[in-house]
Amino acid sequence: MESPIRRSLVVLAVAAALCAAAVRAAPAAPAPARAEAQLVQAEPPPFSEDIFPCSSCHKDLPKNAERRELAFHDEVQSIFDHDAEHRWCLDCHDLQNRDVLHLTSGAPVEFSSSYLLCGQCHGDKLRDWRLGVHGKRVGQWNGAKTYFLCVNCHNPHSPRFKGVQEVVANGKPTVAPTQKLLKPEPRPRRPEEQRR
Amino acid sequence: MSPPQLPVLNGEPEPAEGQVLSPGRRAFLRTAAAGAAMAALSSCGSGVEEFFRKHFKELSRDELARVLARIERRNQERFGKSTTVRADGPLPGVEFGYGLDLSRCVGCRRCVYACVKENNQSRQHPQVHWIQVLEMEKEHGVDLSHADLYYEADAVPRPGKFYFPVQCQQCRNPPCVKTCPTGATWKEPDGIVVIDYDWCIGCRCCMSACPYGARHFNWATPDLPAAELNPEQHYLGNRPRPKGVVEKCTFCIQRTRRGRYPACVEVCPVGARKFGNLLDPESEIRKVMETKRVFVFKEELATQPQFYYFYAT
Repeated sequence: MESPIRRSLVVLAVAAALCAAAVRAAPAAPAPARAEAQLVQAEPPPFSEDIFPCSSCHKDLPKNAERRELAFHDEVQSIFDHDAEHRWCLDCHDLQNRDVLHLTSGAPVEFSSSYLLCGQCHGDKLRDWRLGVHGKRVGQWNGAKTYFLCVNCHNPHSPRFKGVQEVVANGKPTVAPTQKLLKPEPRPRRPEEQRR
Repeated sequence: MSPPQLPVLNGEPEPAEGQVLSPGRRAFLRTAAAGAAMAALSSCGSGVEEFFRKHFKELSRDELARVLARIERRNQERFGKSTTVRADGPLPGVEFGYGLDLSRCVGCRRCVYACVKENNQSRQHPQVHWIQVLEMEKEHGVDLSHADLYYEADAVPRPGKFYFPVQCQQCRNPPCVKTCPTGATWKEPDGIVVIDYDWCIGCRCCMSACPYGARHFNWATPDLPAAELNPEQHYLGNRPRPKGVVEKCTFCIQRTRRGRYPACVEVCPVGARKFGNLLDPESEIRKVMETKRVFVFKEELATQPQFYYFYAT
């Protein structure tokens, strides 16, 4: 014998199933024009001349992990301003394989993926950068766009933004950070200067 | 039985045999007046067709094609350069939004000149800038009584200052559109407030209505060197303007309606400018609005801009 409660339960179950089907069908409604994000990485800025691969010199040098003033790499040491009190070369550069960087875990990171290294401390910036909120993108707002890397605008040894310049790396135009602030373009003419 | 006819409105009398047919007085006057009007219109350089043209929104596809061809022809005459004038319509499902990161802008004015170049503005006499970068004091915050448009510096940003670029805010409730007596300016479905330079009579009511100073008047024929003419043009955007019309930022309609970023976004060296579709939850501008502190300029005026300022830090 079937109780009325049981019958109503069946009805409820069927209704729920129908609702679920309707919900699944709903996303077929017209979707707004969606950015088919084809992201292209910009060319990282070029290394200083003849400095890469690092191993070309370092393969013959003894591995010394002791924190010290280096006798070489003045151009980096003179500008180094990246929590200099606590950090030095081997916090990011790898002692064993000179041609890569490393995370705090010790995992190696290619120079071309240095944003992973930056993101260890600057996680909020990494998150914003992935969303396109921090940093710059060029191209199509609804299609293929080129995104710039941390190192296109920030010198990793002195990361506070000062300025950028256009450079060519691997035959492609890109940007590189400078140590000089930008000079503004000429001011607009005042109304009285516009009269002739 | 023929219907009764009023004596003065009778049909033309049958000419008598051998009599020379002369046109009626009215017909003669009609022809003469039309001829004089034609002569007057063609002598002042614009065609009859243009004079009797319909409003942009009422143009048929063929009429629009003729209008665009005429502008291309005129560009050729004026600049000796071949140009492409398009009239791409709004994309469906798109509402443009613009974000400007005040914590990033360094006031280098690269955007100002990229805009001038892209949008064929008058260079020197008169000088027209659609983007105006204001230097403000950190101490006072966003306060127009402590703003300087004419700052000069060897290096920016200057200590204690921040920079506040202002351009057309593409209001949802645009006072300029409300005040235009001829319907020469209107808001498009994708949010861009556009001007038909052929419909503008140069009364400048919109300029006084705009609380952002975003509209600019061509006091003289734009001073635009042919070598610097941007040949990729939009009817409602960067086509060369005549003397005596108003112009303004159109979010680079000739670029954005074809999917590209505006010129100011692409040139900004600090990446302070964000642009995208407000209806697309994955767009950069939506991420800005969802995660950052966002405000609109002169909110109290209820113009409801589609241009948002934000602080990413």
